[in-house]
Amino acid sequence: MAIISRGFAGRRSTADAKLPPGQYLTTDFPVLSAGPTPHISLDRWEFTIDDGSKVLKRWDWKSFRELPTESITVDLHCVTRWSKLGTSWEGVSLDALLSDVKTDLPYAMFRSYGDYTTNLPLKDVMNKQAWIAFKYDGADLESEHGGPARLLVPHLYLWKSAKWVKGMTLTPHDKPGFWENLGYHIYGDPWQEQRYSEE
Amino acid sequence: MTWRGATVVGLHDETATARTLALAVHDWPGHVAGQHVDVRLTAPDGYSAVRSYSIASAPSSDGRIEITVERLANGEVSPYLTKELMVGDDLELRGPIGGWFVWRRDQTEPIQLMAGGSGIVPLMAMIRSRASAGSSAPFRLLYSVREPGAVFYRDELRALSDQNHSAIVTYAYTRVTPKDSPRPPGRIDAELIATGTWSPNLGPTSYVCGPTSFVENATDLLIAAGHGRENIRTERFGATGERK
Repeated sequence: MAIISRGFAGRRSTADAKLPPGQYLTTDFPVLSAGPTPHISLDRWEFTIDDGSKVLKRWDWKSFRELPTESITVDLHCVTRWSKLGTSWEGVSLDALLSDVKTDLPYAMFRSYGDYTTNLPLKDVMNKQAWIAFKYDGADLESEHGGPARLLVPHLYLWKSAKWVKGMTLTPHDKPGFWENLGYHIYGDPWQEQRYSEE
Repeated sequence: MTWRGATVVGLHDETATARTLALAVHDWPGHVAGQHVDVRLTAPDGYSAVRSYSIASAPSSDGRIEITVERLANGEVSPYLTKELMVGDDLELRGPIGGWFVWRRDQTEPIQLMAGGSGIVPLMAMIRSRASAGSSAPFRLLYSVREPGAVFYRDELRALSDQNHSAIVTYAYTRVTPKDSPRPPGRIDAELIATGTWSPNLGPTSYVCGPTSFVENATDLLIAAGHGRENIRTERFGATGERK
């Protein structure tokens, strides 16, 4: 039974219906990162896919940008409770990156410049659910928002959309990444309000 | 993580727009300096709103915590917490949350704190934790504020700085300076990093908290001064963020 806050009315809006539980709308784009923003030059950028022992695929910026791209319009939900609706991005789908990777490994650990990591089930980044995005709102992605390229997995809380992404390691088990090791939920579905791990 | 009842046991204004709330929390499990809590308000019809606030107080075993809330003009929760709430009122919170932007009492290395505006709150918890633990870890704080009236915890920071010179406070005023200030108003620059922060040679860990533009500028300057990025921890909030 919740405690009623004397004199608190709150502010409701019609857009709340589109929001996951406990989220509120914002129109700007807050930045949350655990450390300094890395500034990565395109001539040393790369994205690799490995299976923990060998590199399966590797792209430099030029070969990455030769891949087919998609325009994506999605809602973002941050675990710190802001949501931003209808954001537009351009990126390469993980389906395209994984198209000729044969694997039985069911999980992935995404790795970033600056040593950030986050874990995802492979099925959550397949079938048009995840992209490596390099443009936001028609412009090159700014470094503070994860540029030159970040993971975009909009159906999960935004910490899963790793900024400054540089690769993914396919794994047999679901191991926690950076925030998942620090008390945040292993999966992070905003519609289930999976913010924190239970211990 | 369960919601706990909390009773307001004290209120005082830090500035014209910020108020500290002292809360007695039912079954509070204790916290580490730098962590935050989720605060939940519920209207009579069941509508509720939750925001995160950094804990300002040192860890203690008395079941009490303090948070300092900056009132945002268009905020949904912060105007209630800073204007409506009275001693004796109950609310709900859960936590503590966060295991990254924390200072633990067994850390002995020099600590460089950098605060922008209300970003001082979790850093104050670290300063208070150091004092209450009797730690001798050398602390410095570089505190950037718009004008002298915007400083939180002014008297306490002066007392801590005066009585124990190993916690050194340097202010940077971005809009209006006090009359005796040697430096014109402006944001933190390389010169202030050189004179007002620990040298990277001492191996400090840095904690930087404030609005995004402040954190981006401060961390770029620290890295340019030779600090390793692995020794810099950050917490940012956007224009609409009610964190801290």
